Amino acid sequence: MNAPAPTSHYPAAPTAQTVETHTLSVLVDNEPGVLARVIGLFSGRGYNIESLTVSETEHQKHLSLITIVTTGTPMVIEQIKNQLDRLVPVHRVVDMTLAGNSIERELAMVKVRGRGEHRVEALRLADAFRARVIDATTESFVFEITGKSDKIEQFIELMLPLGLVEVARTGIAAIARGPEGMAAR
Amino acid sequence: MAREMTGAEMVIEALADQGVKHLFGYPGGAVLPIYDALFAQDRVKHVLVRHEQGAVHAAEGYARSTGKVGCVLVTSGPGATNAVTGLTDALMDSIPIVCITGQVPTHLIGNDAFQECDTVGITRPCTKHNYLVKSVGDLPRVLHEAFHIAASGRPGPVVVDIPKDVQFARGVYAKPKDFPHTGYRPRLKGDMDKIRQAIELMAQAKRPVFYTGGGVINSGRAASELLRELVKLTGFPITSTLMGLGAFPAGDPQWLGMLGMHGTLEANMAMHDCDVMICIGARFDDRITGRLDAFSPGSKKIHVDIDPSSINKNVKVDVAVVGDCAHVLEDMVRLWRTQARQPDKSALADWWRQIEKWRARRSLAYRPSNEVIKPQYAIQRLYELTKDKDVYITTEVGQHQMWAAQFYRFQEPNRWMTSGGLGTMGYGLPASVGVQLAHPRSLVIDIAGEASVLMTMQELSTAVQYRLPIKVFILNNQYMGMVRQWQELLHGGRYAESYSAALPDFVKLAEAYHACGIRCEKPGDLDHAIKEMIAVDKPVLFDCVVDPKENCFPMIPSGRAHNEMILGDAGVSPEEAVTEEGRVMV
Ligand SMILES: Cc1ncc(C[n+]2csc(CCOP(=O)(O)OP(=O)(O)O)c2C)c(N)n1
Ligand SMILES: [Mg+2]
Repeated sequence: MNAPAPTSHYPAAPTAQTVETHTLSVLVDNEPGVLARVIGLFSGRGYNIESLTVSETEHQKHLSLITIVTTGTPMVIEQIKNQLDRLVPVHRVVDMTLAGNSIERELAMVKVRGRGEHRVEALRLADAFRARVIDATTESFVFEITGKSDKIEQFIELMLPLGLVEVARTGIAAIARGPEGMAAR
Repeated sequence: MAREMTGAEMVIEALADQGVKHLFGYPGGAVLPIYDALFAQDRVKHVLVRHEQGAVHAAEGYARSTGKVGCVLVTSGPGATNAVTGLTDALMDSIPIVCITGQVPTHLIGNDAFQECDTVGITRPCTKHNYLVKSVGDLPRVLHEAFHIAASGRPGPVVVDIPKDVQFARGVYAKPKDFPHTGYRPRLKGDMDKIRQAIELMAQAKRPVFYTGGGVINSGRAASELLRELVKLTGFPITSTLMGLGAFPAGDPQWLGMLGMHGTLEANMAMHDCDVMICIGARFDDRITGRLDAFSPGSKKIHVDIDPSSINKNVKVDVAVVGDCAHVLEDMVRLWRTQARQPDKSALADWWRQIEKWRARRSLAYRPSNEVIKPQYAIQRLYELTKDKDVYITTEVGQHQMWAAQFYRFQEPNRWMTSGGLGTMGYGLPASVGVQLAHPRSLVIDIAGEASVLMTMQELSTAVQYRLPIKVFILNNQYMGMVRQWQELLHGGRYAESYSAALPDFVKLAEAYHACGIRCEKPGDLDHAIKEMIAVDKPVLFDCVVDPKENCFPMIPSGRAHNEMILGDAGVSPEEAVTEEGRVMV
């Protein structure tokens, strides 16, 4: 165990606890610096960001939606939500994972280079994953694939031996099932 | 009625409309239009400091002693960066500040212009909120919003960065009432179900303790009154953090003294052994909890705080009430009364007997001397000779600060200004300038260390300029005493760089500033010298030469539990503590 060094000014670090992954939807004022505030909060307090997406949602209301996937112990996740809520331009923080009824999607563009058998195999797999070809040359494809992150990861893994060149991913966007909007909940 | 004016004039207009009487500042190129606007009016009085850090600390002292928002004006670049320590201090201690910074003209932002810095970037993590105002049309709203955000909820510093061209631009000014409300509306009333649960726990407690903090002070006078009422009604013991001193009177028998790293034995043991802890407006900081996994292991914990992010941050609690201390305390008092709750009288009596045993150990005792002035003795005498006066105390950071907290017995809120969260050496002198300005006829004393006070000594010049008769009471031990103590106890006595070599002659230094210098070296002369200090109607540097080797006890070494305190050797041993003889010692 990590007992405190006898001369430390601070208590010992807490021992490891189980870490969870949560997706948070954060409704914010669409104003300069708001993303910097959110990111600064995460780096300043040592929280993890696994994925982050931002975009304007309602132009008239000047609102943006930030979707963050983060990891931490339940106590840390609770802290993250409360700290986010404390930022002045933040309107709402919803823990999509806790709410348990959300849909999460991600988009990736995957570039694969190869000839002959590899090329055919790549196309076949793309078809099986419902990935679309959005660019092609005689020696390459760019596939567009949307879905849950694990599906995308699986696809990328399969492309690896077939000549994977590079991947561009959007990060996760999430939305709750059912008729209610986020502002109303 | 909407009026057209320049951005600079809007700043002054908004300050006046927000009730600001004093503005602490320092001019420079990027704020000259605002200084022009200041020049032409007399509603807002500008106080010229000697360093921008001092401006923020002075505003903090002003804010904490009045409950109002403190206001600061500094220039771009170095003016803004110099203010950063003060802003961070205000954020850590939840002090409402509005700090206006000048910025280079908007078309130059990002060009590394002369005295440009990314003020909003730099101050983002050390403010509650900040703004860069790019259009004069936004300025009135932003200024009023800044005051609302600084003062409401958990208070804190807000920076408004105004480019010079925006200060020159003309626009239409609007009054605060023209901006109904921002989206920022912190919750004041606590959830009644939670409050009921809290009252239920308290009524069943056998070994309860109140643990209160700066939130009670920030909540306003009413919170302290209600706290006193609740403590009296319940008969429970009460302790407080450094920041909360004065909310409950130190002269009261239910008062256990301060808790935490240099808190009393009875306060820390009560925290460790209690079965119900009622935390009000405090945040389970590491100086309070010591080792987390050994913190008050057997207790149910109630936490009242206006900031949800303070709850369950360090310590998991059983009942959390989000709300303003005064509002929640009011509900608690009412529920306790109407339900006619009576705690278990005999259990409470047993608990008090246990507490008296701890108290009998006299954990604050020290070995008195006729030869040298003991720092604790100096504070005790200062207290005795000033307690009947209208007095405000500020401090620097170090041993002297802890001794002040232990030995100066605060009876009222807003009388104690100290840098708790950030622990900023150099806080006390400028803070006392702000306090004295707000309370011109009161006695304002900065209890200082000789090392700390040199960090912002130049503000003595401000005090002289504005005829602010602050008293800087320096416990001069010729060491960065708190550093020396850690080195003695934890680093094998290797006193690396903690000796204050080449100290100035503080009496001559005072004279050089046109202030008054007093030196005292013998315990026998102390009372007379303190009386002389009080009588002088100018700023005083009091060089109180004290025992250089004295340590501050009790002490919970960091990372230890509350029941692992180191006590000084002058206290009473556990065996003696129960005897009559033990009781009369020291
Ligand atoms: C700006 C700043 N730098 C460094 C420290 C670390 N520090 C804490 S107490 C202390 C010594 C203070 O010495 P002095 O003012 O003489 O007070 P004493 O402990 O001797 O009463 C130091 C260096 C600090 N708190 N603040
Ligand atoms: Mg010293």
